Amino acid sequence: MADFLIHCLLIILMPPLLFGVINRTKATFAGRTGAPLLQPYFDLYRLLRKGSVFSRTTTWVFRVGPLVTLAATLTAALLIPLGNHLPPLSFNGDMILFIYLLALGRFFTTAAALDTGSSFEGMGAAREVTFSCLAEPVICIVLLVLSRLSGSLSLSGMLINSSAGLWMTSGAALVMLVSGLFFVLLSENCRIPFDDPNTHLELTMIHEVMVLDHSGPAFGLILYGASLKLFIMGALFLHVLLPLRLANPFLDWLVFLMSMILLAVVIGVVESGMARYRLIRVPQMLLAACVLSAFAMLLVVR
Amino acid sequence: MNCERLLKTFRNGDSLPVQDVPELVLVEFLQGIVELTGLGWRIASYFGVPDRDGARLWCVLSGSNEQLGVIRSQVEGSLPSITGVCPEAHLFEREIAEQCGIALEDHPWFKPVRYQRSLRPGHDAWGRDEAAVILPGVSDFYRVGGAEIHEVAVGPVHAGIIEPGHFRFQCHGETVYHLEIALGYQHRGIERVLAGGPHAASMAQMETVAGDTTIGHATAYAMIREGLAGMEAPLRAHALRAIALELERLANHCGDLGALAGDVGFLPTMSFCGRIRGDFLNASAVLCGSRFGRGLVRPGGVYFDCRPERTVALAARLEEIRRDYSGAVELLWNSPSVMGRFEKTGRVRLDEARDLGLVGPAARACGIMRDVRRDYPFGAYRAAAQQMAVEPGGDVLARAMLRWKESLASLEFLKEQLAVLPDGETLLPCGAAQTEMISVALVEGWRGEICHVAITDSSGKFLRYKIKDPSFHNWNGLAMALRNEQISDFPLCNKSFNLSYCGFDL
Repeated sequence: MADFLIHCLLIILMPPLLFGVINRTKATFAGRTGAPLLQPYFDLYRLLRKGSVFSRTTTWVFRVGPLVTLAATLTAALLIPLGNHLPPLSFNGDMILFIYLLALGRFFTTAAALDTGSSFEGMGAAREVTFSCLAEPVICIVLLVLSRLSGSLSLSGMLINSSAGLWMTSGAALVMLVSGLFFVLLSENCRIPFDDPNTHLELTMIHEVMVLDHSGPAFGLILYGASLKLFIMGALFLHVLLPLRLANPFLDWLVFLMSMILLAVVIGVVESGMARYRLIRVPQMLLAACVLSAFAMLLVVR
Repeated sequence: MNCERLLKTFRNGDSLPVQDVPELVLVEFLQGIVELTGLGWRIASYFGVPDRDGARLWCVLSGSNEQLGVIRSQVEGSLPSITGVCPEAHLFEREIAEQCGIALEDHPWFKPVRYQRSLRPGHDAWGRDEAAVILPGVSDFYRVGGAEIHEVAVGPVHAGIIEPGHFRFQCHGETVYHLEIALGYQHRGIERVLAGGPHAASMAQMETVAGDTTIGHATAYAMIREGLAGMEAPLRAHALRAIALELERLANHCGDLGALAGDVGFLPTMSFCGRIRGDFLNASAVLCGSRFGRGLVRPGGVYFDCRPERTVALAARLEEIRRDYSGAVELLWNSPSVMGRFEKTGRVRLDEARDLGLVGPAARACGIMRDVRRDYPFGAYRAAAQQMAVEPGGDVLARAMLRWKESLASLEFLKEQLAVLPDGETLLPCGAAQTEMISVALVEGWRGEICHVAITDSSGKFLRYKIKDPSFHNWNGLAMALRNEQISDFPLCNKSFNLSYCGFDL
């Protein structure tokens, strides 16, 4: 019961902090003080109190988009184990549901973008679905490999039981898996070098351009949903990278929190150290991630 | 070769009596421009002075050996276009049509430039109704046909804090086939106000033709006034103007390099250059109390003197800034991810750049040796030659690299000038303008060649004052750079040119 509560509290409260940490890291590298760590929370609070503006050309799809996306992401967050604790929802084959929930969220985001009829948002939606064609297989393959290694078809089974011993027996496969997953983690969460979350240049955006027409509470939900997505993909990534299991459950939570924040710092460092790829390079990098994870599967299945 | 004999030649900043300017028949005049541009002359300014029957056309050309040339003609009815054989005349002709209400014959793209009424009431090149409201950007745009082509319209309201302009892309997927740029949203009617001048407010208005080129336009205006009055500003004033001009160049080049880094998401250089730009602006404030050089340049000299201890302090300060600036920019060149974005993006070929008559850094980044400071030296540049930077690439990297090379050359120039600042007066009284004269001033602003031309009437007032900002040439260069590029690289290409909207719109 305590685990259930902590899980729910974490997925509700912690995700925006990651953005705060990333932004603070980037600011430090740029020689600035940066916004407060809690700035994303202030932003959400401000947005939730605002009114909304809806274009007359939009339909119900536009209004429903952010809600469905957030609901799908939240449900996915209930499936993923955090810090080696059982998630609130877990059953055999929930990995399939997990993948489809993320896809459902994406579908409604792009549908809402297309609904506006704006040429920018159409362009963004086209980019998003093109790139996700290459990003989704990586997640599928990663989960397949993990299920093969652990012999389980549920997320909790494959992620919690992965022990440090796996790194000894199939280290090569895991290295490729982790690097492929890191690429996708960055690209799916619109981080540099794949996308620039801070740009104001609508012609270069991928994710941000799809939500240009949303305002007020709906936009707040989108921002929170984006941070939640980073959170659950980060949790997935960390479970593969650091299959640490300590005896004390509270220490496990602590390790999870610290490693999550450390991941945010690492993302901030990556963003500070390099420029964005040219847009035509993005599919090539995602293809590389695909190939890496496919090789990992070869190694495991052979 | 005899067409060169048609010209009345003179030096940058000179003025000459209007009656000395050869008046040609329209056909000969147009033929002359075509032949002269073929011989390597460039159109520096080409404009009309509306009168009762039509307009008097003036064409100022710039040639080799520090020579400028001018011819004039009279047009009534309609003006045959020479754009087909002389592409650099393209926008000038459209401007003449719009300002003088004269239709063009056979112009390939006969559209308004700034979407304004003509200076000749009752005449309109497109025959638009007197009562009709003319809105900027409302007209036909070039369209590419086909079911797979999509059109993207950007602006005039932009997401960033930039000036208004409308960009119309014809795209096939992510590839841009054609870009058309519509401006005119910032038109303030500066030339219209200047007619009958100089007024008390003229100097201040000149400083705001393009706010980031205050010193450039103010210097050109001061040169015109001095030329018309037949006086020369003191040496010390020339040196201080050159120092301010180079500081303006440094501040803008530094800001541009930072913004280029920002557009590819490279944060360190973006932040550092943003701060260092402020340091250069503060250096301008040491000269005159204004970070943008307002109030410094005045006809007859400069309004503020720079005391010796300040000169020394400024030189020391610049040395410090140079170290910071080098550090920030080296970071850019040493990042493969940044170089990957800059290289081969937004290429303008040398022949295209020549045909379009690009100026300033945009031209020099295509390998064209073109710099007013060297070609038609003015003020302090007559005595102190400056190293001209050239980059052959024509891409974003070339334009970025050129800005850095020019910054280094400017810093070197500032060091020399601050060490040997001439003594003496800084401001001499500038008398009234002589009657029926024409004066031409070319200044190398940080964006390139600024050209001001003034013609006075029989009472010494401005009959016509023509301003040409370098952006007037270069906007078409940006449109060419985008051909067959990724639309997602547009912001980067745009920033690498960083052209002025208000300088174009006047």
